[in-house]
Amino acid sequence: MPTPVLPKLIGERIKRREDPRLIQGRATYVDDIKIVGMLHLAFKRSDIAHGRILSIDTSAAEAMEGVELVMTGAQLAKILGPMPIGTPFPSPDHFAIATDTVRYQGEPVAVVVASDRYLARDAADAIVIEYDPLPAAIDVEKSMTGQPVVIHPDFPNNLAVAYVPGGTGVDAVAGTVDNTAIDAAFAKAEVVISQRMMNHRLAPNAMEARGVVAHYEPGKDQMTIWSSTQNPHILRSFIAAMTGMGQSQVRAVAPEVGGGFGCKINIYGEEYAAAALTKKLGVPLKWIEDRSEAFQATVHGRDILCYVDVAAMRDGKILGLRLKLIADIGAYNMILTAAIPTLTMLMLNGTYDIPAVRAELTEVFTNKMATDAYRGAGRPEAAYFVERAMDMLARELNMDPADVRRRNFIRNDQFPYATQMGAIYDSGDYGAALDLALKVAKWDELKKERDAARAEGRLVGLGLAFYVEVCGLGPSSALPTGGWEHAGVTIERDGRITATTGSSPHGQGNETTFSQMLADQFGVPMEHVTILHGDTGIVKQGIGTFGSRSQAVGGTVLMLAGGKVRTKMAKFAAALMGPGLEDVGATEADLVFANGVISVPTAPGLSKTFEEVAGYAYVPVPLPAGMEPGLSDEAFWEPENNTYPFGCHISMLEIDRETGEPKLLKLVAIDDCGTIINPLIVEGQIHGGLAQGIGQAMIEEVVYDEDGQLITGSFMDYAIPRATDFPWFELDNTVTPTPVNPLGAKGVGEAGTLGSTPCIVNAAVDALSSFGVKHIDMMLRPEKLWKIINGQ
Amino acid sequence: MANPVPVNLTVNGKARKATVEPRLLLVHLLREQLGLTGTHIGCDTSQCGACTVIIDGQSAKSCTIFAVQADGSEILTIEGVANETELHPLQEGFWEEHGLQCGYCTPGMIMSAINLLKENPHPTQQEIREGISGNFCRCTGYQHIVSAIEYAAKKG
Repeated sequence: MPTPVLPKLIGERIKRREDPRLIQGRATYVDDIKIVGMLHLAFKRSDIAHGRILSIDTSAAEAMEGVELVMTGAQLAKILGPMPIGTPFPSPDHFAIATDTVRYQGEPVAVVVASDRYLARDAADAIVIEYDPLPAAIDVEKSMTGQPVVIHPDFPNNLAVAYVPGGTGVDAVAGTVDNTAIDAAFAKAEVVISQRMMNHRLAPNAMEARGVVAHYEPGKDQMTIWSSTQNPHILRSFIAAMTGMGQSQVRAVAPEVGGGFGCKINIYGEEYAAAALTKKLGVPLKWIEDRSEAFQATVHGRDILCYVDVAAMRDGKILGLRLKLIADIGAYNMILTAAIPTLTMLMLNGTYDIPAVRAELTEVFTNKMATDAYRGAGRPEAAYFVERAMDMLARELNMDPADVRRRNFIRNDQFPYATQMGAIYDSGDYGAALDLALKVAKWDELKKERDAARAEGRLVGLGLAFYVEVCGLGPSSALPTGGWEHAGVTIERDGRITATTGSSPHGQGNETTFSQMLADQFGVPMEHVTILHGDTGIVKQGIGTFGSRSQAVGGTVLMLAGGKVRTKMAKFAAALMGPGLEDVGATEADLVFANGVISVPTAPGLSKTFEEVAGYAYVPVPLPAGMEPGLSDEAFWEPENNTYPFGCHISMLEIDRETGEPKLLKLVAIDDCGTIINPLIVEGQIHGGLAQGIGQAMIEEVVYDEDGQLITGSFMDYAIPRATDFPWFELDNTVTPTPVNPLGAKGVGEAGTLGSTPCIVNAAVDALSSFGVKHIDMMLRPEKLWKIINGQ
Repeated sequence: MANPVPVNLTVNGKARKATVEPRLLLVHLLREQLGLTGTHIGCDTSQCGACTVIIDGQSAKSCTIFAVQADGSEILTIEGVANETELHPLQEGFWEEHGLQCGYCTPGMIMSAINLLKENPHPTQQEIREGISGNFCRCTGYQHIVSAIEYAAKKG
């Protein structure tokens, strides 16, 4: 019977292998884990934004039956030091639980361990705290002058990172700044545009909030920690360091993870507290975050204010770009907090060849939750500022927004392109993406449609935006955790393949894409491949899933590990084929792996089944000279550079003249993420990114009042987009492979958040241009738009 | 346990008994006592719909109902929607159309969609969007979920 032909899987639209367990309610998220004897944690949190703790009365909580332990921050600090961060910037001490001062609403002040989660909450509520309230620093521009209060004594004027210059004329090594080029650009300019823009604060809101189960087993002196995390290996390192254990004594597991979007890169105080307390008590502990807690105490994203000046000629050529960035990072540094705005800095060239770009970054402490990575992490901010500025220039010059961009694009023959901000863009064809976007959106017809709607008195606008992002992070020089990834591939004795990956997915579908790749590499059915991830007890090493790196870094290293095993397997196959192979003038290098068979095309009679060769490798009689038995190998790999995906988004938006309510009528997204392994999954990633970008532009916003009270503390007040908020997204893509990795894949997880946000605000400004408006800060609150329409 | 109260209900066709605190939420009864962890919790204010189940033929958010209020009810959860040999058409649709990523909202989304298709077997895309507007998904942007529900509607 002939072996059925197995189709090549890379590039195919294949439905996901993860789904059966998820659609049947059979997956195991962290809150689904139960261990005999497990106790529950609850945290008492600060209800004020800033104040000294005068007293904590835990007596009522401790008296409750079933309460095992109550600990204040000062007590916990005796067994748990300040939390580490992952950036080189100076940072104030930050304890898992506040020791003497609270600095944001929701900061933990005490922890309860109790027999049941309801009881733990009751006990936390019974703790009485007396504060000496201090003024709250909320407005970032006041805060950076030290008003109304300095939050950390060692950081005058609340400056976490003070005035870091970058770009043209800045020599960071020598510490010198030369203004000649940027001043010349503005001196020569025929047009100068200046604008203050806010890229406001958001809450990531993975649908599964955070959670942790920590279990220290005293007999073994080992700890297992299950956490809803994007990077179990990093979690393991930090938990080990903080609890004084060796990394070999800690096993970290990311079970099924219900979304991350950057906020689950961090290791939080609640995780450290759970680890320290399970070690102290020797019993398993669980903590599951409520949504209200997530709003208060899971990292926020964005919150960067920008002053931008554009110097240009009347023909649309930009001579210079000057930007002042002020990041409101909240009360403390979390793991990557201070690094995120530096990614904004890095990407301020956009997709343009600009003679002089100068930026300056200041990061400021305020009495809010810390910011950190949120889908896009610094790059959407850059795309927003640059693309709003481009649009303002187009409007000023009365040019088509597509033309002003095309006028300034980095040309194809300029790649690799070293930007003024220090990035080296790997590859790009920006003109092709723009052409495709205009074609798919039917740009000229859309303009007519808009004009016709306007003639009827409707407020309709069109927006176009380009973006480039930095993905596939990255060389180790760019990441404090190391920028590599790890993979292991084993051909089992029965010919099935088990692979491990350090890329720990939480919705990205790596089990599917990685299976596709290995199935192709070995010529076996995808169902014969098992991808294991998210468990440091199984996956030897890893970095994790963030910065759109799974495919570009994790996928590449998987192919390299697979390649090593394939080479060895070919040697076993050649040995099994015997002298016949040499007789036909072939060597092991000529062997083809396809359709479950290893063969020489010119001599089909020599073919061996994949299973046969696998079995032989484990009972190698005779053992070929110089070979070890078995088929298992691993690889580490890191790229020499990041990747730089890009794209163009176009939107059409209508604003209700009576109510000011905006409605998104159309969104076209053209994205170039390099080589695509599975178009279905790429589409899903783009849809999700678009939803979050549109959410930011139109309805999402974290708001604190002047006292530092979080106004948007639940889904009642913070608007998560619903299905009714979106039109049918129209997608297409260009493919410009990266030379940075052998797959040519660039990364796609965050792309949707970059183009959508400026393209929507550009459309809103276009819709209201007849009222003389030049810029509107997000989000597009109807009240704000109504005021513009009504001249208020 | 303060003031324990007995409750009797039928869950996925099986009679179940439990003794609960009066304040215990139905979702916690399902998850913690009956071991049905397919129903998830995504918020604490009844917005997100991750905890949606079907109670006496109507979709409902099980985080907003006390277990004692469900006494005597028939409850269907994600674990009970398929028969032993094949997936429910909505489960199939979500798989075929990539209607999920992290999967956390999926059980609740499917339960709401069951209710929607029961009331309106052939909804338009806009009706689908309205029908699931009580369920949040942060991963998919909803487009593939709309396709998944259309798939199930076509299959009948």
